[in-house]
Amino acid sequence: MTQRIGIDVGGTNTDAVLIAGNDIVARIKTPTTRDITSGVLAAMNALVQNRTTAQNISAVMIGTTHFVNAVVQRDGLSPVAAMRIALPAAAQVRPFADWPEDLRRHVEGPVFQIRGGHEVDGSPIVPLDHEAIAQAARAIRASGISAVGVTAAFSPLTAAAEIEAERIIRDIAPEVLVTCSHRLGRIGLLARENVTLLNASLQDLARRTIEGFQQARLASGIAAPLFITQNDGTMVRAEHATAYPVLCFGSGPTNSLRGAAFLSGLKDAMVNDVGGTTSDIGTLASGFPREANNVVYVGGVRTLFRMPDTFSVGLGGGTIVDQANPRNIGPKSVGFRLASEALVFGGNTLTCSDIAVAAGLTDMGDPSRVSHLSAQFVKDALHRIHEIGIDAVNHMKTSFEDVPLIAVGGAAFLVPDEIPGISNVVRVAEPGVANAVGAAMAQVSGEIDHIFQDVSRDDALATARSLADAKAREAGAEPDSIEVIELEDLPIAYMRGNALRVRIRVAGRMAQENLMQGAIE
Amino acid sequence: MMNGPPPNADRWMLVEELEHLATGAWILGTGGGGDPYHALLELKELYRLGHRIRIVDPLGLPDDALIACVGQMNAPLVVQERLNDGVIMAETVRMMERYIGQSFDGIMLWEIGGANCLQPFLAAAHLNLPVVDCDAMGRAFPQADMTTFAICGLKPHPWTMADIRGNSIIFTEAVDWAWMERMTRRACAVFGSSAATCKAPRSGHEAKTATVLHTVTKALSLGAAVQEARDRHDDVVKAVIDREGGLLLFKGKVADVERRATEAHLRGHLIIEGLDRFSGSRFELDFQNEFSVGWLDGELSVTVPDLICVLDTLSGEALGTETIRFGQRVSVIVLPAPAILLSEAGLRHVGPRAFGYDLDFKSVFAA
Repeated sequence: MTQRIGIDVGGTNTDAVLIAGNDIVARIKTPTTRDITSGVLAAMNALVQNRTTAQNISAVMIGTTHFVNAVVQRDGLSPVAAMRIALPAAAQVRPFADWPEDLRRHVEGPVFQIRGGHEVDGSPIVPLDHEAIAQAARAIRASGISAVGVTAAFSPLTAAAEIEAERIIRDIAPEVLVTCSHRLGRIGLLARENVTLLNASLQDLARRTIEGFQQARLASGIAAPLFITQNDGTMVRAEHATAYPVLCFGSGPTNSLRGAAFLSGLKDAMVNDVGGTTSDIGTLASGFPREANNVVYVGGVRTLFRMPDTFSVGLGGGTIVDQANPRNIGPKSVGFRLASEALVFGGNTLTCSDIAVAAGLTDMGDPSRVSHLSAQFVKDALHRIHEIGIDAVNHMKTSFEDVPLIAVGGAAFLVPDEIPGISNVVRVAEPGVANAVGAAMAQVSGEIDHIFQDVSRDDALATARSLADAKAREAGAEPDSIEVIELEDLPIAYMRGNALRVRIRVAGRMAQENLMQGAIE
Repeated sequence: MMNGPPPNADRWMLVEELEHLATGAWILGTGGGGDPYHALLELKELYRLGHRIRIVDPLGLPDDALIACVGQMNAPLVVQERLNDGVIMAETVRMMERYIGQSFDGIMLWEIGGANCLQPFLAAAHLNLPVVDCDAMGRAFPQADMTTFAICGLKPHPWTMADIRGNSIIFTEAVDWAWMERMTRRACAVFGSSAATCKAPRSGHEAKTATVLHTVTKALSLGAAVQEARDRHDDVVKAVIDREGGLLLFKGKVADVERRATEAHLRGHLIIEGLDRFSGSRFELDFQNEFSVGWLDGELSVTVPDLICVLDTLSGEALGTETIRFGQRVSVIVLPAPAILLSEAGLRHVGPRAFGYDLDFKSVFAA
């Protein structure tokens, strides 16, 4: 029986599961370490007890919030050069213009505005200024900056200017990592440029982090390939993820939601993921996270990512309860220090976990250490905990009809059984590892980005769908499981024959035999 | 001076109002006019550099005041990549001054809806001129012959037009507004479907009598209502409806968007599947840059010139026809149209027949 490992590297804990077929064979929670690698290695070693087990592993899937946390915490980012190829257009609003000041200080390097780029119809705005690009490349090299983000006007429709700039930069400064915007984003120069610059600033961290994952995998004796999970619940080979860390930004909540779907067997439900510090509430539609509308801010930067729509509130197992006032709860948390600071673990801080132990909702640590709390205090605190959770669920709920709510996360026991508007609260066997299970269940995808001419929209969409399906099957998806997860069509003005650009992304479950093949390759 | 209400006090627009202006303008854009986000960034930068813009009431202008009317011409997708340029916008005004040999006293808005609301402010900052609190549409429309100037029979010329490369054109004569639209649209396409224009100069008298008055104030008020509702964690869509005396037509999830780009316009069709109390129903909308006609379960529900706005149900943010996407949760609301658009002449220019529909206008607000 082949087995797979799913790992969720969160800001606080690293959760990992070993899955055979549809069964969780082993699970482990370890603290996330500053160097990432040793925590992941500890988790892998705990799951893989011997060489025989290691040989049975067909794939390792890792989901990580490391890159998005780096942006949010302004930690581990590299300064980058920004090259915008659009002059004389887009001259008045500079790259980085709408970034928060503190993030700019970490990331903003030299900015180059270059003549070139394209019009909507594919004609050049002005001839590309090759010499200015070469000069910029020399300046970047001299400055010691290690990465550059290149964004040209209308590159999602005509990528030529970016590709030429990439070539020139590689010639002159081969050590500089180039991120081209057309590989990451849609129409919308500034938002696409923002994503491109974030990606460039994460290049170094991504390379080190994923190398660390690879080392951990090898050190634990696993030969199977390593995949990194992405925002949309699909996974890519680790090598690809190194170049595009921004595509992993939303994988934390995505994995929790998809893990909740898998563990509960429900495809349409709300999910409350209660961890150490926050409750994150999202919605499953047909087994996938419902996405946020339009603009998404990442660490204060405006992007057009498609990310799961989640609402967070400061309520988790480590959330601090005021010993003098049971209604005064959070949002501060002891976080990953729960195992040393909570009363039941011998510490001195009263947390929501202590209240839950006192109320008999869960069993952890030493219950005698909370026996001094009065029944009334525990009741009042629990009432407040439930109020906070219920408010948060109401905030996210969009339909009038009652829907089920799946409670997952290490502190799922904080979710009350009765919630207005919720038909039933679904508890699962292993709520604490929903995120790691979600990573292990990540899908493989196929993507088509093609310009159709002289065909109807229906025909264009149908052709794109069948091409994308074929790609997903080639990547190893079970044909029956393939579904459309993203579809966008864009008429191209002026191009002859009702030109329509279609982007479609489909995904499906990876078949077991294909995972094995991946291992052999 | 004409008789009428006394003018509002002239005032400086505050830095915290810039965001309100953009939010309100995007709602009044009824899906078109372009997302004002980039123009807002440019305007904020000008404020950061110390520019301040004065808003003046047209009712307080001398009849012989000379007012420049500016607006950007864009295909809706283009501006998202090429962004706006207040410097070029200001240049079209200078071109006009050189051509007519007179100096302007102020700048008015061509179109309050969308990014075009902010263009005159950029030009005003560069030219150090006040912005006159009125516009020629009271919303957004796709064509020059859909303005209050056209409805009131004012002359359409001259126009100046400039592109980012330094090319420029003066349109000295047009026999009517439709021809001005046709000539300028074709020229704009040559420039990459984005060009700055200064429209025919207007007198103070015309600004008072042939515009939609106080639309800058209206946009600011709508934007403030959105901000206040968000701060209270209140229903933003309802706040917009309440502020303008509008109606909620539908709430649901975008099930399909079909778009076709023509030389000048983004045409298309939007299907929304109902949620909550609209569950089981379907709302369909046509758009020609802006939302033009809506049907509830196949029955005609709403048409231009009533303001058909599609807002994000949760954030209350307006959604543009060029960016609205499958799966978005949206509310369709309607706001009352300015009276001048509802006159007989008004409906000839901006009623459903002007958009190619064999339909009579019946306002959703009619009893």
